[in-house]
Amino acid sequence: MSEFVNMTIERSNVQLNKADFESDQMVKWCPGCGAHAILAAVERVFPKIGYRKENFCMVSGIGCSSRFPYYVNTYGIHGIHGRAAAIGTGVKISNPRLSVWIASGDGDSLAIGGNHFIHMIRRNIDVNYILFNNQIYGLTKGQYSPTTPMGKVTKTSPQGTIEHPFTVGELVMGAQGTFYARVPDNNISLMTDAMFEAAKHDGTSIMEIMQNCIIFADKAHFDVIGKDAKDDNMLILKNGAPMLFGKNNEKGLKLGETGLEVVEIGKNGTSVDDILVHDPYDKDPGIHTMLAKLAPPNFPMVFGVIRSAMFPTYDDLVEEQIKYAKETSKIKNVDDLLNSGDTWEIN
Amino acid sequence: MAKKKRSVIETESVVVKFVGDSGDGMQFTGGLFSDSSALAGVDIATFPDFPSEIRAPQNTIAGVSGFQVHLGSEKIFTTGDMVDVLIAMNPASLKANLKWAKKGATIIVDTDAFDDKSLEKAGYKSDPLDDGSLESFRMIKAPITTLTKESLKDMGIENKTAERSKNMFSLGILYYIFNRDPKTAFAYFEKKFKKDPKVVEINKIVIQSGYNYADTIEVLESVIQVSAARMKKGTYRNITGNIATAWGLLAAAEKSGRPLFLGSYPITPATEILMELSKHKSLGAKVFQAEDEIAGICSAIGASFTGSMACTSTSGPGLSLKSEAIGLAVITELPLVIVNVQRGGPSTGLPTKSEQSDLYQALFGRNGECPVIVIAASTAENCFYYAYTAAKLSMEHMTPCILLTDGYLGFGSTLFRIPKMADMPAIIPPMAEPNDTTYKPYKRDPKTLARQWAIPGMEGLRHRIGGLEKEDIIGTVSTDPLNHQKMVEYRAEKVEKVADYIPLQEIEGEQTGDLLVVSWGGTYGAVHSAVQELQQQGKKVSHAHFHYIMPLPKNTGEIFGGFKRVVVCELNSGQFVNYLRMRHPSNVYHQFNKVQGMPFMINELSTKFNQLLEEK
Repeated sequence: MSEFVNMTIERSNVQLNKADFESDQMVKWCPGCGAHAILAAVERVFPKIGYRKENFCMVSGIGCSSRFPYYVNTYGIHGIHGRAAAIGTGVKISNPRLSVWIASGDGDSLAIGGNHFIHMIRRNIDVNYILFNNQIYGLTKGQYSPTTPMGKVTKTSPQGTIEHPFTVGELVMGAQGTFYARVPDNNISLMTDAMFEAAKHDGTSIMEIMQNCIIFADKAHFDVIGKDAKDDNMLILKNGAPMLFGKNNEKGLKLGETGLEVVEIGKNGTSVDDILVHDPYDKDPGIHTMLAKLAPPNFPMVFGVIRSAMFPTYDDLVEEQIKYAKETSKIKNVDDLLNSGDTWEIN
Repeated sequence: MAKKKRSVIETESVVVKFVGDSGDGMQFTGGLFSDSSALAGVDIATFPDFPSEIRAPQNTIAGVSGFQVHLGSEKIFTTGDMVDVLIAMNPASLKANLKWAKKGATIIVDTDAFDDKSLEKAGYKSDPLDDGSLESFRMIKAPITTLTKESLKDMGIENKTAERSKNMFSLGILYYIFNRDPKTAFAYFEKKFKKDPKVVEINKIVIQSGYNYADTIEVLESVIQVSAARMKKGTYRNITGNIATAWGLLAAAEKSGRPLFLGSYPITPATEILMELSKHKSLGAKVFQAEDEIAGICSAIGASFTGSMACTSTSGPGLSLKSEAIGLAVITELPLVIVNVQRGGPSTGLPTKSEQSDLYQALFGRNGECPVIVIAASTAENCFYYAYTAAKLSMEHMTPCILLTDGYLGFGSTLFRIPKMADMPAIIPPMAEPNDTTYKPYKRDPKTLARQWAIPGMEGLRHRIGGLEKEDIIGTVSTDPLNHQKMVEYRAEKVEKVADYIPLQEIEGEQTGDLLVVSWGGTYGAVHSAVQELQQQGKKVSHAHFHYIMPLPKNTGEIFGGFKRVVVCELNSGQFVNYLRMRHPSNVYHQFNKVQGMPFMINELSTKFNQLLEEK
């Protein structure tokens, strides 16, 4: 883990630990819910990030995921359905010296809140967005969501859904996202790493967590991240490392003429040198978009930080414009404003 | 040129309206005329009247754009019912506006624009300039386009460019009619277009030509003189309601020490507030043009949680979209100013027309028990003070405040006596102290019932708030039935307690009499003028104009008793009168309503009042 370059946010002068971020509220998620692991990862990563504990601000919308602020001892605001991105945008613009974390689900982010989600990303507001993707509406007890696979039987699709689901990564790239990571809820260290990288990234950081809803969509991601499936179906990306997967890293991704291809090391003269090396910092989203779209059965699904590209953030540009205006404008206070332009005296 | 002797008629007030094709520059010409009148010390009120289409088909009634200005040597309160001087640049604009011209009004027309095609497009069967239909008016028929081109023939500019200056020619005629030196306009042009001396030169030539033309042909046997108004000493400027609203918010931010945040989405007729605040980054204003109305208010709620003086501006349909979020601000007990520049509804309704039909929405338009402070401005000028007050009440009482203005106030302008910031009342939000070990998110000030404002970054005060019901004092999530009832009552009582901090309701005129006229918001000018007219006739009529609606001033219940009749006038079907019936049911209220997207006429009000006075 590298050092932080962005020093906008004041750091703690004492070493914080997990206990500093544990709230006194009873955690009311179902036993076995993937959200517990996400909470554990957050409590683990916040002390590592090292900001003053008062400088963290949690924001959420509505849904199981959105109870999150109550369970972390930071400043927090639990909003209304779909609007976490908009609320978080206001928090960050209002005070860019805060580390803003948004907890939201697939319905909250991509259905009712879809508009705010894409515009937050497009503006590159410097917030860290944890998207709990369990492919179902949990809090309302089992209706399909915008990420539910087509054909899935749910309480509102008794014959199977007839909607094409969103791929979160594709949507993020389409909205000109600058940071996208995908992690499974059963790997806390991978989650923690992604969260740390997200915090480091200056801009909107989307972390899609493949989260399990044990009650209404149990094992939805097991074909990819389950114990028996993961070796062949998960490719964990690392900066500067070749994109290898398989039980013994015997498979890899190669950039072919028409796109990405799965190849086996040692077969047809393929060596590790032929394998694509991951560069999350590449500004060009081309490869990142291709990677985000990969899915079994023909490809592995990629995990880790897929994209982390530097672009100006909205909140920084706001500060710059204000600074410039303050330096150059003749109007320094409201009295100046009131008396600017055409005025006249009456005696 | 030897100055001719002209007879001058002194008048206290005169209404001038500029009409033409949208895109003819009528707003600009009207604005220039009213600004230069204001500089001459005359009291003014202006109102633009334009279609919602940016460029409707040329020379059609739908494309008519207008600008009305009322000049007075006494304090004036409206932009005027009927027009004394009408400048009509084409047949369509004449046709659409003739009904507003007083009998005997002066009408200036550009005869060049009255060709067969334009007459037909305007729906004239015969040329009104020839068929005798305008005999009751004082007509000034001038070939304005031809004369404008002629006056510019040495400037080496294209015909099209020259033609576009024709509105300045009519302005020159007006300067003559109003016995005013055209040079007063020149100074304005020199300042406004200092980077473009040619534009200044062109406009000077054309205005002077118009003036000379009027002088040479002696368009009228007499000219009009509106003397300077007797106004309170001070520095003045002209201001529209929307600009005044924006400035009032900036003033409140500066006074409170809380940075201004506006989250907003463009919507007619409120957009000017968003545009104006965008200009003032030098005052630290953070303006976020959101992706929609909901994001506008939600970003403002986020900013409020973070310690900004947060605002959102909108009009009726936008307020509908913001309803759920207003509830969030109510339950989280965060300050938030919601400016609603009302327009005609429902739905998209009449976007550019004015109405007072969002009162119910402001008072009641949310789920749950969800009271907010509601106040209303009544003049373009006092939009400044009520925007300031909205921010003050919202922050000091830690609850949202809806400020109601309307399109008529927002677009209209009046003179504004510039206050000094040092004289504005203090704004002291209940900020929490860092490391206050007794801090609890929902602990209340016993006087106001406001909770404290602890903002992210403050040491020792980490807490969570949100849209779920909260436990009294400690602020954790609670579904306890008795706690919910208590919190509902607290939120309501907190808003009611604002009545302790607002002025008592005043009555203009005697405290007892035959008729009390009640009004609220943007109708003040017309209602005041009508009441004044009747008072001058010796009738026992008084006027109570409300600015504070939720809560009502504490003496509201007492003011009605002294009058034989009470009539509530408003530009809706009776929303305020029904609210009064609900809050103060023991009185009998008559009502006078109009829902046409148009302001009240003084005349229709006084007719109604006389009728009520005559009824036994």
